[in-house]
Amino acid sequence: MLISIIIAVAAAAFAYTAGWLSPQRLTPAKMVEAFAPPDAVSLGHRRNHAKGICFTGIFDSNGAGAALSKAEIFTRGQYPALGRFNLGTPDANAPDATVRVRGIGLQISSPDGQEWRTAMIDAPFFPVATPQGFYDLLLASGSKDPHAMETFAGVHPEIAAFGGWAKSAPWTGSYAEERYNGLNAFIFTDNSGAEHAVRWSLLPSAEPVPVAPEDLAKRGPDFLEQEITERVKSGPQRWTMNVTVANPDDPTADPSKAWPEDRHTVEVGALVVQQIEAERDGPCREINFDPTVLPTGIRTSDDPFPAARSAAYAKSYNLRSAEAKDYPRTATGTKP
Amino acid sequence: MIDIRHRFTPLQRLLHWLMAACILTMLFIGVGLESTVMPKHLTLVSIHKSLGITILVLALIRLAVRLRYGSPPLPADLPEPMRLAALLSHYALYILMIGMPLIGWAMLSAAAYPVVIYGRMFLPAILPQSDSLHTLLWGAHFYLAFAFFALVLLHVAAALFHALVRRDGVFETMAPVPPPEERAPAE
Repeated sequence: MLISIIIAVAAAAFAYTAGWLSPQRLTPAKMVEAFAPPDAVSLGHRRNHAKGICFTGIFDSNGAGAALSKAEIFTRGQYPALGRFNLGTPDANAPDATVRVRGIGLQISSPDGQEWRTAMIDAPFFPVATPQGFYDLLLASGSKDPHAMETFAGVHPEIAAFGGWAKSAPWTGSYAEERYNGLNAFIFTDNSGAEHAVRWSLLPSAEPVPVAPEDLAKRGPDFLEQEITERVKSGPQRWTMNVTVANPDDPTADPSKAWPEDRHTVEVGALVVQQIEAERDGPCREINFDPTVLPTGIRTSDDPFPAARSAAYAKSYNLRSAEAKDYPRTATGTKP
Repeated sequence: MIDIRHRFTPLQRLLHWLMAACILTMLFIGVGLESTVMPKHLTLVSIHKSLGITILVLALIRLAVRLRYGSPPLPADLPEPMRLAALLSHYALYILMIGMPLIGWAMLSAAAYPVVIYGRMFLPAILPQSDSLHTLLWGAHFYLAFAFFALVLLHVAAALFHALVRRDGVFETMAPVPPPEERAPAE
């Protein structure tokens, strides 16, 4: 009798830890399932930012970042970079002109064997303040209730700023003309051990040319991929990487709040995109751009999003890697 | 005189109880990290990796010690099915103690994740990047974890059965402290 009680208590504690007794707990699986109804999932693809194209190139570090972080990547020099231009949609076949948010996934490797992975978007701030808020946003935007978004905005008023950006920010005709923002705050540790709360951005060298979305729609469903492929063929594309350092009172835990423009900003180098490859057989396909894969010298801050993204991205990776047969490579073992 | 040992060696007992704590913690962390997107997810993942490699090292040491020192004999009157269950469950425990950390490490390698332990040590990949291997290993890691937990519960139930019902001295072979009658100096 005593034995069965002990075993039952242990099993119950296990079930509680696993979340089986707490259906309200926001699990990585729930977060990932909220992106699209089951029949609208693009099997074999990322559960969000599903449409994308791979690139390779270098991160050309100018050495200025070494004052903020001891990561080897900020020592002056060139480091291999690999990444993915993408669209913020769960639909891998979405026409390019229909997707408001564009993004970039980036992995920079240093000779010490460490990696820095980051995934950024073109919006200047995140739509919501918390991961739970983001989950609620996904539910509201997928809801059949016509008042769902209104109700959501009542609880999460910060969404208004994002709505304003989505309506007013100009569209461009190229991934190369976008500025990509890290949005989440991280902590850089320099050689003296001092810590700096930072956010980072990639600023395009290409001049952004505004194009009306109705005109973009006429360019075909995949114009962004075609355009970046052609553009990079004719010459490498550069983005300057800026690291912005927070003032002591700036909010680090809330990516829906941009820091004021006058904050100390350090240009640490440039991303140079040298080659474009289709995702299907490309080098970015297997990479999970988990923003918590960080070198020594960069760590997460009190911003709750990198953890939530890491958990959800891993879930998405597990799902899509198990669905590889639904997104077959064109070359399996042999070159096409 | 040839002495049939009634207890595991102190090193074996130390390893057993240390690993018992590590493995239970590990199993709870494993299901816990899969259950949340909150910042503790990252803490749990990082402990999970470090503790997993620690368990792997301890399990290899333990296996070597076990091969060197063996184990006290089971009571002669233990029914054959229980004897067989004891034998098989201990094989399974050793396989899981060594196999689970290796599967976890291989699974991360197959997904091209860097494997960082103790906050600073970067372990090499033990497999190339592969969708199919990752899927296989992830499934194995996931389902074997539940099998492992079930086996641990069975092990605890059996230990308590020996200690409280059969009172046959089997529990005392691994008990952290000797039973009272053996504490007196003996010749």
